[in-house]
Amino acid sequence: MGVPIQVTVNGKPYKAEVEPRQLLVHFLRDTLRMTGTHVGCDTSSCGACTIHMNGEAVKSCTILAVQADGGEIKTIEGMSPDGNGTLHPLQEGFKEEHGLQCGFCTPGMIMAADALLKENPNPSETEIRHALEGNFCRCTGYHNIVKSIQYAADKMRKEVTHG
Amino acid sequence: MITTAFSYHKAGTVADALKLLAECGDDAKILAGGHSLIPAMKLRLNQPEHLIDISGISEIRYIRCEGNSLRVGAGATHADIANSSDVQSHMPMLAETAALIGDPAVRNKGTMGGVLAHADPAADYPAALLAADAEVVVQGPGGERIIALENFLLGLFDTDLAENEIIVEVRMNISPSNAKSTYQKFMQPASRYAIVGCAAMVTVDQGRISDAKVAFSSVAEKAFRAREVENALKGQEASEATIKAAVKNAVNGVEVLSDHFASSEYRGHLAKVYAERALKAVI
Amino acid sequence: MANYIGKPVKRVEDKRFITGKGKYTDDIVLPNMSYAYILRSPYAHATINSVDISAAQAMDGVVAIFTGADIAEAGISGVPCGWQVNFKNGDTMKEPPHPLLVKDKSLHVGDGVAVVIAESKEIARDAADLIEVEYDEHDAVSNPADALKDGAPLVHADAPGNLAFDWEIGDKDKTDAAMAAAHHITKLEFVNQRVVPNAIEPRAAIGDYDGSRDHYTLYTSSQNPHLIRLLMCAFVLGLPEHKVRVVSPDVGGGFGSKIFHYAEEALVTWASKQIGRPVKWTADRSEAFLTDAHGRDHVTTAELGLDTEGNFVGLRVNTVANMGAYLSTFAPAVPTYLHGTLLQGLYTTPAIHIDLKAAFTHTNAVDAYRGAGRPEATFLLERLVETAAIEIGMDPAELRIKNFIPPFDGVEEPGYQTQVALQYDSGNYEPVVRKAMEMVGYDDFRREQAAAKAEGRLLGIGFSTYIEACGIAPSAVVGALGARAGLFESSQVRVQPTGKVSVYTGSHSHGQGHETTFAQVVADQFGIALEDVDIVHGDSDAVAFGMGTYGSRSLAVGGSAIVKSCQKVIEKGAKIAAHLLEVSEEDLEFAGGSWTVKGTDKSVGFGDVALTAYVPHNYPEDIEPGLDFSSFYDPKNFTYPFGCHICVVEIDPDTGKVDVKRFVAVDDVGNIINPMIVEGQIHGGVAQGIGQALFEEVLYDDNASLLNGSYMDYTMPRADDLPMFEVGNTVTPCPHNPLGVKGAGEAGCIAATPAVVNAVVDALKDYNVKDIRMPMTPERVWRAMHSNGNGHH
Repeated sequence: MGVPIQVTVNGKPYKAEVEPRQLLVHFLRDTLRMTGTHVGCDTSSCGACTIHMNGEAVKSCTILAVQADGGEIKTIEGMSPDGNGTLHPLQEGFKEEHGLQCGFCTPGMIMAADALLKENPNPSETEIRHALEGNFCRCTGYHNIVKSIQYAADKMRKEVTHG
Repeated sequence: MITTAFSYHKAGTVADALKLLAECGDDAKILAGGHSLIPAMKLRLNQPEHLIDISGISEIRYIRCEGNSLRVGAGATHADIANSSDVQSHMPMLAETAALIGDPAVRNKGTMGGVLAHADPAADYPAALLAADAEVVVQGPGGERIIALENFLLGLFDTDLAENEIIVEVRMNISPSNAKSTYQKFMQPASRYAIVGCAAMVTVDQGRISDAKVAFSSVAEKAFRAREVENALKGQEASEATIKAAVKNAVNGVEVLSDHFASSEYRGHLAKVYAERALKAVI
Repeated sequence: MANYIGKPVKRVEDKRFITGKGKYTDDIVLPNMSYAYILRSPYAHATINSVDISAAQAMDGVVAIFTGADIAEAGISGVPCGWQVNFKNGDTMKEPPHPLLVKDKSLHVGDGVAVVIAESKEIARDAADLIEVEYDEHDAVSNPADALKDGAPLVHADAPGNLAFDWEIGDKDKTDAAMAAAHHITKLEFVNQRVVPNAIEPRAAIGDYDGSRDHYTLYTSSQNPHLIRLLMCAFVLGLPEHKVRVVSPDVGGGFGSKIFHYAEEALVTWASKQIGRPVKWTADRSEAFLTDAHGRDHVTTAELGLDTEGNFVGLRVNTVANMGAYLSTFAPAVPTYLHGTLLQGLYTTPAIHIDLKAAFTHTNAVDAYRGAGRPEATFLLERLVETAAIEIGMDPAELRIKNFIPPFDGVEEPGYQTQVALQYDSGNYEPVVRKAMEMVGYDDFRREQAAAKAEGRLLGIGFSTYIEACGIAPSAVVGALGARAGLFESSQVRVQPTGKVSVYTGSHSHGQGHETTFAQVVADQFGIALEDVDIVHGDSDAVAFGMGTYGSRSLAVGGSAIVKSCQKVIEKGAKIAAHLLEVSEEDLEFAGGSWTVKGTDKSVGFGDVALTAYVPHNYPEDIEPGLDFSSFYDPKNFTYPFGCHICVVEIDPDTGKVDVKRFVAVDDVGNIINPMIVEGQIHGGVAQGIGQALFEEVLYDDNASLLNGSYMDYTMPRADDLPMFEVGNTVTPCPHNPLGVKGAGEAGCIAATPAVVNAVVDALKDYNVKDIRMPMTPERVWRAMHSNGNGHH
C-alpha cells in the first residue's frame, strides 16, 4: 500500500513510504514532525499550509505526498538563511512590525511573501495585498503584515546593494 | 480532512496516461493541478479508486506559437500562462485571465487542462478561449480529436471528453495585430471564482468596429459567446453609444445562474456592466 | 533599565511563531496516541431510529466506537451553561441538556452521534463512513424570530414556543412616557446577522488518562483552561479536580469561540480512560463551521426619541436573540448583561428600556464573539443616532457630541450611573470625536465628496462612537446577574534565587502578546530587565487558578493580579533589604531595581535580596525564606473604554461594490503598556468589524442546513479587501485598577461595523436609502440604489 518517495526538505533528504492519499501537509507534520506548516481549512482557501515546492509557493493541503517525490521542499523551518537560527529578513520583519498575533497563519504568510519577493523585490502596497489573496489572517487585519513584508523587502534590497 | 483510499498512478507520458485510463476504467480520475479534485475528495464528494497523476507529464506543459497558432499544453499552469510572453503578446486577454485565477499558490499548480475538464461554470478561462475561437485537442485510444471549445463544453461540469480521453492542448489563432482584447471579472468574494467574467476581442478599423468577439464565463451553466452583442457591434462606429446599445443584449435568451452571491437578475445586470467595461477597454 | 511601560517593545513570543516552533494542540503527539473522528448528524432536526456500528467496529485498526447511547449509559451529564438568566416572572431559564453525543434526536446539523477512535485518523474517518444511522427528518427552524412564531418546529419539548427566557432592563413606563412625549422618533428594524468567529486554528483536544496515577490530562485549544477543568470535572464527568490537568498550549486565535466548554473536550478525556490510550480530536474546517459557537444573530426593532433641540429623550428596544439548539457557556449573558446594559452608550438618554426574548433554534450554539453583546448594542445605537441626524437635518458628529455624557474622571468626579445598571468608571468623550474628525479631515472630505459626486462617484463617510464594559468582572456583581463563576484572576510571582522572575498568570494568550505586555509590567515593577521575566500561562498544573482571557480582561484583571503579587514581593524584599543594610524599612526607597537608604548611596539590589531570601544565612528572624507570592484580584468595577471610528467608503455605482477607502480609529483604552500591541488589537478588531459589515453571514436553507460552511462560500476579509488603518488615541485612565488600564481587544470589532454601514448610507444619501441589511454585499447595495423609485439614478 505504501509508495516509496524521496524528498528533500529544507536541504535534507528524506526517504519514506507513504499512503497515496496522504497529503503533503500531513507528511510534513505527522511523518517528519515539522509542525510549523499548519492546516486551517479543507478547501485550499486559507493558505496556512503554504510551502515552497521546487521553488514555487504551493498549498501543501492540496498536494499528495507522493507528488512531492523527487522534489525540493522548503518550509518555515528552513527559512533561516544559515540554518542556524539567524532570522530571514521576513521573519525579522514580522517581529519588528508586529505582523503576527496568534502566529497560526504566520508560516504560510511568510512563505507566500517569500515567493512574492523573489518575483518582485520592490512590491507596492497593492501588490503585496494582491499577493496575499490566498492567505487568511484573522488577527492582524493585514495592516502590520503588509508593513512586515515592506520591512523585509527594504532590508533585502539593501543587502543586495551592499552585499 | 481525509480522502478515501485510492491507488496512485503517475503517468510520465500521454501514452502512459491513456494506457492507465484504459486499465483503471470507470473508477479512475485524472489528477492535474488538483485544486478542484483534491478538496472534493477530502470532502468525500468524489471517491475515485484510481488517481492518474498527469501533473508531471512534461510533453503537455508548454506554450508556443506555431505559425499563426498559439498552442497551450493542457499541463501549462495558470502561472505559466500569465507569465508567458507569447500569450501576453498574442492573446493578452488569456494572460489577464490566468493572472486573475485563485491566488499565487493556486496559479502555480492549477492547469489549463484541469479547468476545462472540470467544466465548473464559474471557471475563468472559457470566456477568453471562446472569444479566441479556441479548439480543444484531446487524445484517446482512437487517436486525436480536435473540438471547438464551444462544442466541447456541454453544461454544468459536463464536457465532450470521453472517459478514456485526456485533454492535451488548447489552440487558437493568435490575435490579429490590430485587435485588442481583455478579460474583466467580478469576483465571488470568498472563492475568488468569477461571478461574471467577460472576455472581449475587438478590431477597430478607421473608426469602425470590423470584428468583435464577446464571451462570458459564470453567467450561465456553461460559458457562451454573446453573438447578439457581437452583431450589434460589427460594422458600427467605435463609440460609447455603440457599446452601450450593444451590451443591452448581453444575456438575451440566456438562462442566467442564481446563487447566494448573485441572483439571476443581478448577475444579468453585472454581465452588461462587465461587457461594457471590457468593450470600453478595447475600443 | 526598566521603564518598559508605554514602549512598543517587540514581542518575546514571536520567535517561536516565525520559526515554525509554535506548539498548538494538533502539533502534540503522545506515545500510543489514538485518533477520534466524530460522526455528525447531517440533519438539523431528526429522530435517530438506530445506529449500527457493527461494520465500522469490525474494521482493522478501529479501537473503539461510542455512541450517544454509551454516553447516556455512562451517566455523563451534558455540557453545562455557565450563566443563568431568569425569565421576567422569576422562573429559571430553560436549560435543556446538551449531551456529548446525542442518542435520540439531533437538534442541529453537526450534532455528534458517534465517536470512532482508531489507530490513525485515516482509519477513524473511513470507519465512520461504515456506521449506519437511520434518521427521521423533521421540520427545523434557524431564524430566531421565526422560532418564536406560533407553529414553529419545536426544538425542546420543555421549552414551549422555543423561548429560552425573556428579559428586560430599564424603566419601561418612564421610557414609554418619554417616547410618547418625544418630538421626533427615529425607528429602525434590522438584523444583526449571524457570523462565525473563524479562528484560523481549528479546535483540537487530546485526552490522556494515566491509570498508574489515576490522572487525566486534557490538551485543548481553549482561552481558559482552568474554567474548562472546573466545568468538565464538576458538571460533566464528575472527576476529582486535583486529578485533572488542563493545558492550553499555543492557541491560534479565539475571538470568543474558544472560551466555551465543548463536548469534544469531555469526550476525549472520558474516552481516553475507556481505552487506556491518549485520544486526539482535531476539527476539520467544515466541522468547525458546524460546531464552533457562532456570534450575534439578533433581530431588533429600536426607537430613539428626540426633543425639539435634538436631545435624546428615550430609547426603546425590542430584540430577539438566537441561542441555537443548546445554551453554550456564556450564551445567556451575551444579549442581556453584555448588551442590554450597554444601551446608554456615551449618551445622557434619560429613559431606556429593552425587551428581549432568547430563542432556541435548530442551529449550533450562539455565544460570545469578539465584543459579545456590545457590538450589537453599539450597532443599534450608532445606526439610530446616525439615522436621527439625517432625519432631523443635523450633522451626525454634532448630534453625538450634543448628547454626550460630560467628562468625569471617577476620582474627583463620581462615576456615571446609567439607566441600565452600570456605573461608568471614567470618561471624556468629545476629544475622541474631535481627534478622529481631525485625522480624517472631515471638512475637506465633504468637499471631496461633493467633487466626486459631480464626476458620478459615490463617496461616503460614517461615524461610530462606542463604549464597552471590559475587564470582566467584579465577581459579586456578575454573581448577582447570574454568573455561575467568579470573574477574578490569579497570579503568582516567583522570584528565583538569582533574581530572575517567573510569573504565572491565569490569563491566557492566544495572540494578545501577554508574554510581552505582562513582562513589561513586571520588569518595571521590579526595575529589572525584560529578559529576566518569564510569563507562564495555559497550564492548570503550573498556574494556581485562572478565569482566562475574554471580555478584554487580561491586563485590567490579570495584569492587576500580577501587580498585586509584585507589591507583596517588594514589601517582603524591603524587610530583607532593611536587614541587610541594617536600617529600618521606613528609611528605604525602592527604585531602579535597588533598595536605597534615603539620602545616601547605600543600597542593595533586587538580585541580592532574592539570593538572600533563598540563602537566608544573614536573615531577619521573623520572616520566612523565599520570595514567591500569589494573589487573587477581583476588580471593583468593569472598565469602560470608548472611542470614535470613522469610515470612508466608495461605492461602485454600476455594481454596488463597497470599497473601504480609509478607516480612522481613535480609542481611549486607558493607560497603554505596549502601544504596538494595542494598535495591533485595534487593527484586528476593525478588520472583523468591517467583515461583518460587508462580507460575513451564516446562511441556512429552509430546513436549517448550513449553506456556506466553507471558506469557498463564507466570505472573510482578505488582504486586498482592506486599507491601511489610521489609528490614534486619547488616555483617560481607569481609576480603579493599579495600572489604570481599560482593555483593547474588542474595541475595533465593536466600533467598526456601524461606522461602515453609516458610511454606505451616507454615500447613498441621494438615493433615499435609509438602511441596508448586513452584510452589505454588492447585490444588496445595488438593490438599495434601485429601489425607492430611484430606477436608473
